[in-house]
Amino acid sequence: MAVLVYTENWDGKFKKATYELLSYANEIAKNTGNETVAITVGNVSDEELKKLGQYGAVKVLVNKEEKFAKFTAQAYSTLLADAAKAQSANFVIFANSYSGRALAPRVSVKLDASLAPGAIQLPTSYEPFVIKKKAYSGKAFVDYELTGDVKVLTLNQNSFKIVEDTKKIVIEEYTTDVADNEFVAKVVDVQKETGKLSVTDAEILVSGGRGLKGPENWGMLEEMAEILGAGICCSRPVSDLDWRPHSEHVGQTGKVVAPNLYIAIGVSGAIQHLAGVNSSKVMVVINNDPEAPFFEAADYGIVGDAFEVVPKLNEALKNFKAS
Amino acid sequence: MKVLICIGHVPDTTSKIRFTDNDTKFDKSDIQYIVGPYEELGLTRLLELKEAKKIKTITAINVGLKETEATLRKALAIGADNAVRVDANPTDALFVAKQIAEVCKKDNYDIVITGKESIDYNGGQVGEMIAEYLGVPSISSTAKLDLDGDKATLVREIDGGKEVIETSIPFVATAQKGFAAEPRIPSMRGIMQARRKKLAVVAAVSQDEKTKTTKHFLPEAKAACKMVDADNVGELVRLLNEEAKVI
Repeated sequence: MAVLVYTENWDGKFKKATYELLSYANEIAKNTGNETVAITVGNVSDEELKKLGQYGAVKVLVNKEEKFAKFTAQAYSTLLADAAKAQSANFVIFANSYSGRALAPRVSVKLDASLAPGAIQLPTSYEPFVIKKKAYSGKAFVDYELTGDVKVLTLNQNSFKIVEDTKKIVIEEYTTDVADNEFVAKVVDVQKETGKLSVTDAEILVSGGRGLKGPENWGMLEEMAEILGAGICCSRPVSDLDWRPHSEHVGQTGKVVAPNLYIAIGVSGAIQHLAGVNSSKVMVVINNDPEAPFFEAADYGIVGDAFEVVPKLNEALKNFKAS
Repeated sequence: MKVLICIGHVPDTTSKIRFTDNDTKFDKSDIQYIVGPYEELGLTRLLELKEAKKIKTITAINVGLKETEATLRKALAIGADNAVRVDANPTDALFVAKQIAEVCKKDNYDIVITGKESIDYNGGQVGEMIAEYLGVPSISSTAKLDLDGDKATLVREIDGGKEVIETSIPFVATAQKGFAAEPRIPSMRGIMQARRKKLAVVAAVSQDEKTKTTKHFLPEAKAACKMVDADNVGELVRLLNEEAKVI
């Protein structure tokens, strides 16, 4: 029996998040007497594939066929579900990423499985199998019991640490029959944001709100992000006003994030915003209104004018980084 | 072109969340229910496409008990042509998806739109599951939809960028921010008309429960925020480094 993990790759490379996901899956495998098997699609070198063996995978299935070169949810889910059957997998684990969310529900229907989307930690119990996940857009958590024989999980990013467990890994080319009509939805163009740390990948996020008064004032946030190696995001009004792109909006109806450090500048902290960021490990708020609700949720706060505080803080951070 | 839009009946985004019955159930008292914000965007875009004569009818659907009819009526007031309620207390996403897929098989919809997730249990599963039951393509986290006859062009958000996807009907897409610019709100005329629009109630089919929510928790209360003087930002840097250990 196996725990099958869909290890996404980006132009043939894995990310830190891939190893976190694999470590999580491997922990479940150890606790359920299973082997950890990875599967990936695309042109990934053997050297890169072998890295998966450091985190517990004893086997990696790889599909390098041209017809799968571009993502299409319908065909990919057939490929993955068939692999799960071939490996007698009783768990299939995805990242709670855009592609994981697109695939996991389809795969779970094909396998007649139970699906838990957005696990935030290892199972609370194995018998019965209970996963803790967020609900009400981060305003609450629930215990979610999976009663099916096969279980499909998606794991939230930045919720599990990498654990090394070196295994001798076997690389196997893998394919299955997928009907042509499963490739109807075709990717015709990919627009990548280059040179920018994506909001969901960043371990530190600097966030700006309406208190910053206009898009021309983001320079000091960009400087802070540069010093800290952080990503940049914003509150909903800021993206609604088109000061910043929608892809940077975090909150209940934007992206839900969980960085190690979240620095909110000129963000009041409406309940919908907090819902999207309250899984951050440490939250700092800088706001000139001492009554801003964000101070209730934050770990550290400064009451003051962002236009005075942020440049000073940037200086202090620069000195700290240089020391 | 017949389009089905799945309407979530969810607590208003400003709701304070509480639980009852030993934390096994959501406390519905004092809760205002709304059309899910992603479904609102979905419906708005469909109305734009209908006005451009690219869609003929828009049907709103919900799987729920009688209480969800007020939310379906709101979708009708915004502009959906008719509505269907599958009469059941939904147990999990698979159950809901199965019901909607059954309605699709009977009434042959060309496109099914759902929100990218409900804002209560945030599963984000129903749209993709419907597509799987119907054996049609699914496009998740869609930020744009355009139609040209039987062909559709969609823009999907991916990690670190966007994908442009072309497909033909039938398909399922899940709507997220960007799908429409601003959600439409019902007009007085729309509200009056909604009362006369057809809201059909159909029986549910059986589907085993595969998951259950056994307990709810509120986040643990955080320790009080440590305040740092605005003239002493160096202290914040020290705390983040020595105490919080995040820089």
